[in-house]
Amino acid sequence: MSSALLIEQLLNGLQFGVMLFLMAAGLTLIFGVMGLINLAHGSFYMIGAFACAAVAAWTGSFWLGLVASLAAAAAAGAIVEILVVRRLYERDHLDQVLATFALILIFSEGTRWLFGSFPLYLDIPPVLSGAIPLPGGAQYPLYRLAIIAAGILVAIGLYLLISWTRIGMRIRAGESDREMIGALGVDIGSLYTLVFALGAALAGLAGAMVGALQSVQVGMGEPVLILAFVVIVIGGIGSIKGALVGAVLVGLVDTLGRLLLPKLFAIAMGPSEGATVGAAVASMLIYIVMALILALRPQGLFPANT
Amino acid sequence: MKNFLKTGLLALSLTAASAAFAEPVKIGMITTLSGGGAGLGVDARDGFDLAIKLAGNKDVTVVTEDDAMKPELAVQIADKMIQSEKVDILTGIIWSNLAMAVVPNAVAQGKFYLSVNAGPSPLAGAKCNENYFNVAYQNDNFHEAMGEYATQQGMKKVFIMAPNYPAGTDSLSGFKRFYKGDLAGEVYTKLGQTDYAAEIAQIRDSGADSVFFFLPGGMGIAFVKQYAQSGVDIPLMGPGFSFSQDVLGAIGDAALGAKNSGSWSHDLDNPANKTFVEEFQKAYGRLPSTYAAQAYDTANLILSAAAKADVKDADAFRAALKSADFKSVRGKFKFNTNNHPIQDLYVREVVKEGDVLTNKIIATAFTDHADAYAKDCPLK
Repeated sequence: MSSALLIEQLLNGLQFGVMLFLMAAGLTLIFGVMGLINLAHGSFYMIGAFACAAVAAWTGSFWLGLVASLAAAAAAGAIVEILVVRRLYERDHLDQVLATFALILIFSEGTRWLFGSFPLYLDIPPVLSGAIPLPGGAQYPLYRLAIIAAGILVAIGLYLLISWTRIGMRIRAGESDREMIGALGVDIGSLYTLVFALGAALAGLAGAMVGALQSVQVGMGEPVLILAFVVIVIGGIGSIKGALVGAVLVGLVDTLGRLLLPKLFAIAMGPSEGATVGAAVASMLIYIVMALILALRPQGLFPANT
Repeated sequence: MKNFLKTGLLALSLTAASAAFAEPVKIGMITTLSGGGAGLGVDARDGFDLAIKLAGNKDVTVVTEDDAMKPELAVQIADKMIQSEKVDILTGIIWSNLAMAVVPNAVAQGKFYLSVNAGPSPLAGAKCNENYFNVAYQNDNFHEAMGEYATQQGMKKVFIMAPNYPAGTDSLSGFKRFYKGDLAGEVYTKLGQTDYAAEIAQIRDSGADSVFFFLPGGMGIAFVKQYAQSGVDIPLMGPGFSFSQDVLGAIGDAALGAKNSGSWSHDLDNPANKTFVEEFQKAYGRLPSTYAAQAYDTANLILSAAAKADVKDADAFRAALKSADFKSVRGKFKFNTNNHPIQDLYVREVVKEGDVLTNKIIATAFTDHADAYAKDCPLK
């Protein structure tokens, strides 16, 4: 195994982690502020990807598609919050899970009704296509580097928004005592709608960026949603910092596990058997890591509200 | 001579009045119309319906239901179709795990099952059944064809990759059955995986001269797009599923030049295929995929058998099916002892015709290829 391969895999893990962060940030924000478990978060990811693919096909510009994905996912988030989710804050988690699961079905079938069953075409913009050489002789796709950069920018933006702006102050206040900030005259209803739309927009952004790399199809959000839940459980539910650390950890563990475990098992069991068993164990690895972290720190790495 | 005339007349009257069977035939189609794999099921349904529509036969009814790619749902639908809808024939299942859940049970109840796609190895070997006909292929066939092609082309170091599930492991063993060179690497991915950066890095590092991969549906779309962006220029090849018409549009130009195997292609030169491709485009406004072609053949096989024998007379109908007396879009077609096809397998290349990406036949990997499991099947 060459060092070029290792560098490339580290970057892959980082890119995967950054993408998970975009999903997990919205999920953990919504849980932290509103106490809501939102299973339909994966649908916003899908909506972002479809909006981007549709607008990019119509206008020929990926960038307009990216703007459309943010707008469409944020709009969908705001509408869902006002029509459905608003009624769920006072209910227990089981009701929230049932209602947001129903939303997944509605969004999936609605998307199929609009766009059909076949995967949509979305390609990355020409400016970002191709690979660039890295130190050490490796090559790395430019687009994946751009995703890493975009994710880091979003993380910095979220930090500034939450720590240094008035809205961020209200979000933090809402996290620690929602009745009190309501009593102080903050319009908590529109604050919730705003937070929900922000979370949805981040998911939509992730969907659009990843859609260009993978395939834009109905049901693409749910596998990512499961990983995003793993991330926020590891990071500590409600904590943006935890989501960032958890996402990068999951990204690196998953990528390096897929690389190293089959090789390890191959030494003991021979190439063909080892590849099969190693692949099976690698796909479980992040859940094993999650179980270990929960056993040692049941609140996650960076528990919020403590 | 008298007898000859009589049969001749009978045959004539049958062709003239092809719209009347001895008994009406009821077909239950279970296929995937929702969820990630819906593109394949929709194509199969459309191909099947097209054949029935073109035949213009009023004595055939088709009931179609969506299995959502879930085995337990497929089993429920099959039970309902057999018990309350009283269908004579079941068909339509795309995925091998669903076929394994439905087929043994259905044929045990004396129903016919005709596969439009899935061809798991147990049903071709020891667990074969006289009422189970596979009109598509045995699962290993397309992969074997690519293995043979790799050997013919003198490839020395091939990197092979498939998802870690039964059809994936079958795929790689099918490839290895006919490939004689060395392996640069053998990787099993997670089923449903959409990011292949880690695997692409391994391909880059392996020094392979070619990459063989089996990733149906969305998995393949994701892999090929990412591969094209990675700067790795080792040529790609795979079974037809990886570059089928239903995914080519979504992959885009990244698929150009990729070699893949199949038993059918829209440019196969025979009259039945010309009609099929033209009528399919007219009816649905897109090019048909392999799945549509296989389902179209299945429907025509049923029609040909129903014209010869009464579906309620199982022995006669079975014999009529087995004679495969229909105009296949694949040109020639016949059944092996285990009721699986003996057919030619081609190597195709992804090309652009106008604005549309599609496949063109460039070589023949096998002539009259049978599957490796027929010897384990007790049927004669």
